[in-house]
Amino acid sequence: MLTSLLPEFTVDRSEDRCIQCRVCERQCSFDVFGYDGENNVMVHREENCVACQRCSVLCPTNALVIRENQYTYRPNANWTREYIQDLKKQAETGGVLLTGMGCDKPHKIYWDHILINASQVTNPSIDPLREPMELRTHLGRKPDQLEMVDGKLVLPDYPNVEISTPIMFGAMSYGAISYNSFRCLARAAFEYGTMFNTGEGGWPMELRKYGKSTIVQCASGRFGLDLEYFNDAAVVEIKIGQGAKPGIGGHLPGEKVSEHISQTRMIPEGSDAISPAPHHDIYSIEDLHMLIHAIKEAVDYQKPVSVKISAVHNAPAIASGMVRAGADIIVLDGLRGGTGAAPKILRDNVGIPIELALAAVDTRLRNEGIRNWASLVVSGGIRNSADIFKAIALGADAVYIGTPALMALGCTVCQKCYTGKCAWGITTQDPYLTKRVNPEIGTQNLKNLLRAWSLEIKELLGCGGINSIESLRGNRLQLRGIGLESWELEALGIRGAGQ
Amino acid sequence: MKDLSKVNNPYNDEKVISQCSIFGMMSTVGELFSGKAIITAVANMHDRGNGLGGGFAIYGCYPDRSEDYCLQIMFNTRVSREETEVYLKRFFHINHAEEIPTFPTKAIKNPPDVWRYFVQPKLEELHEIISEDDVVTRRVFTINTTLEGAYVFSSGKNMGVFKGVGFPEEIAEYFGLEHYQGYIWTAHGRFPTNTQGWWGGAHPFSLLDWTVVHNGEISSYGANRRFLEMYDYVCSMHTDTEVVAYAVDLLARRHGLPVEVVMDIFSPPVWEQIDRMGPEERVYFEALRNTYGPLLLNGPFAIIVAHHGEMVAHTDRIRLRPMVAGIRGDMVYASSEESAIRLVSPQLDRVWIPVGGHPIIARIKDTPGQEVVKGGRELDKGEKAEEFPTC
Ligand code: SF4
Ligand code: SF4
Repeated sequence: MLTSLLPEFTVDRSEDRCIQCRVCERQCSFDVFGYDGENNVMVHREENCVACQRCSVLCPTNALVIRENQYTYRPNANWTREYIQDLKKQAETGGVLLTGMGCDKPHKIYWDHILINASQVTNPSIDPLREPMELRTHLGRKPDQLEMVDGKLVLPDYPNVEISTPIMFGAMSYGAISYNSFRCLARAAFEYGTMFNTGEGGWPMELRKYGKSTIVQCASGRFGLDLEYFNDAAVVEIKIGQGAKPGIGGHLPGEKVSEHISQTRMIPEGSDAISPAPHHDIYSIEDLHMLIHAIKEAVDYQKPVSVKISAVHNAPAIASGMVRAGADIIVLDGLRGGTGAAPKILRDNVGIPIELALAAVDTRLRNEGIRNWASLVVSGGIRNSADIFKAIALGADAVYIGTPALMALGCTVCQKCYTGKCAWGITTQDPYLTKRVNPEIGTQNLKNLLRAWSLEIKELLGCGGINSIESLRGNRLQLRGIGLESWELEALGIRGAGQ
Repeated sequence: MKDLSKVNNPYNDEKVISQCSIFGMMSTVGELFSGKAIITAVANMHDRGNGLGGGFAIYGCYPDRSEDYCLQIMFNTRVSREETEVYLKRFFHINHAEEIPTFPTKAIKNPPDVWRYFVQPKLEELHEIISEDDVVTRRVFTINTTLEGAYVFSSGKNMGVFKGVGFPEEIAEYFGLEHYQGYIWTAHGRFPTNTQGWWGGAHPFSLLDWTVVHNGEISSYGANRRFLEMYDYVCSMHTDTEVVAYAVDLLARRHGLPVEVVMDIFSPPVWEQIDRMGPEERVYFEALRNTYGPLLLNGPFAIIVAHHGEMVAHTDRIRLRPMVAGIRGDMVYASSEESAIRLVSPQLDRVWIPVGGHPIIARIKDTPGQEVVKGGRELDKGEKAEEFPTC
């Protein structure tokens, strides 16, 4: 049957400039370009184009412009082009629509409605180039108090990990991303003194040397777990949920399970790797309590245990339960958090923005007097250093970044990760594509990003007259809202600008 | 679960910005002396205040009733006093009560009534294991937060806080402080940048026998306050100095940490310095910063903290507010300006500007020859140059 879909993008190629070198044809993994040798011209299948921009960036003569298709259905505020297209695709296939990356809907982005304070007159601002400016952060449980016995401090025995900047790389498994991308994250985190997260795809042996910068995940599929896996890492994270797809598991198709992935995940080559929606040994908070303590036993109480959930409506109560169940770090992943593959309907409609979840959880834990029992890490929707600064002022200890890290490796957020054809070589296992991520350059770019954002956070701290990140944490006085309703200001615990 | 928003302003924005003069003097042999010297000294720094707040703390001023807690309370109205007295009778044995004598002067306008009550808390009815100090603290918070128009200036034994709206020398005249005797005195002249002066907002801030006078603006206020709220402190005094007082109470009294440790928590060395320390010192500072990081005081400040037996002068770690220390015989001085010290003690054995973040601690001498002034922790290599004589 004839498809009634319009191409989403058009390929404008300037015939004047094109030299028929066929670079675009080789670079495009979505099969947009062909070469008509008889007439010596390039031909296009525009309906395949995803606007990943690989071709236009690599075209040696700048002959290509990829743009949104100007042809559209009759404008309709209710039946937007997206809804019409989605419906038609489903009518043609009868399936659940998949997508990649985080929610792209225009839900309110609270970061953009928060402004930051600066010191004037009564309080000197501090120049980070001349004065010490501290970003070092420790994650893990903190004691309620310290004691002196015979003039000596009794040292707390809760394990903590140190990061040089409050920015870590969020969970992205080897399998979901390519080996080169995975190893760039590991190395950059190690060299910069922060953490990366293995996700639920195991942890290749040759990368264990980065152990002190590694957070390993224990997710519902339990891939790649053994005692060494826990003990070689710095932190063990139990993954309950993910912001892009709360309440949904994962599925790595068998064709991607190569020999190396099969060894890493500890499953047969070519078999599907399915992570169930829930952990089948966690149906309640007391089950979580038992798993946390089973892991703590396995690591002899020497490593913090983290628990990650997606930001949902009753996150504050759940977070409180998690802390009381023994989580040393809790991670909240917001509505806009990324994914390799998720049902589109879920990604765009389930969960709440991380800003609101973070403020609510921090307030709740403080009201209960247990905020220092666990560190609070947030992810899902961080786009720049100001977002991080605001997150910490709202109450976070640190953030995870996923999408921004992939962008540093080349990703252009085309949302086609679930196809396994990432033209930038990131979310694919095709050796022809994966070699597009250069491990040296990728590592350097990631370190550059960490450095640039850290420097900016220092500038922001200095302008507020603060020289240490712990004095910003939960210091909501440094923030003001703009363009927010009173319930939103109240939920964020901040005043409006000018108040 | 307690709902803090019911008792605490959830936006934390009660911080009032102010700049100030501070002065402290202590006899390390516990000899009592009158308020004359400190009044002269703080008056000499008149221009550092703007007449919207002045105050004094005196230790050793009630030797005859030294076993009783002395609650010095200000009342906006007669009704607030009557209500408060009902409350006091309910929860305390009142051994003596009187209005604090005053000497009205032109400068002091519309003063509230200030009374003092020498009391013992009633412990009989409490079905819990709790110290007397904790009970008194709890009652003080109740008065400050729930009884309209009543504010407790101080609540320690054998000490008192006298403060109000005016220049410090005017407040001293009003309360006749030259007639009081004490072995530690601290004083404060205030320059708030808001127009409205409020008697309760003047320094010193006090809880039990701890007092704080403060010159500075705390940029970590929101973080400090939200941490203290977890430990049941209710911030009601509309100023950031209050968090210093409560932090001292939490750390020194409730957690039993020596005052030098408390000062290390307020202004710890930077991590890079800690990395260079020996293992013992390193784990000490790591533990302090990790546990009490939210009580690091950021932004410019100079404070004088006192309680019975100890007076501590301290600044932020990059010393953004002035502090001078001086010693003459058994007397130890701390001041925003050296001139104020010189005025009352022209000859000094030693006078110096302490290194930022390193406390100067004056202690009562209980054995002869004991070192009475501690200059804080050892300096980092290369840091020495920062401490220099003033003239
Ligand atoms: S890459 Fe550019 S120049 Fe080469 S064939 Fe494609 S459009 Fe033409
Ligand atoms: S990782 Fe690749 S496929 Fe996924 S959004 Fe980025 S560029 Fe597109």
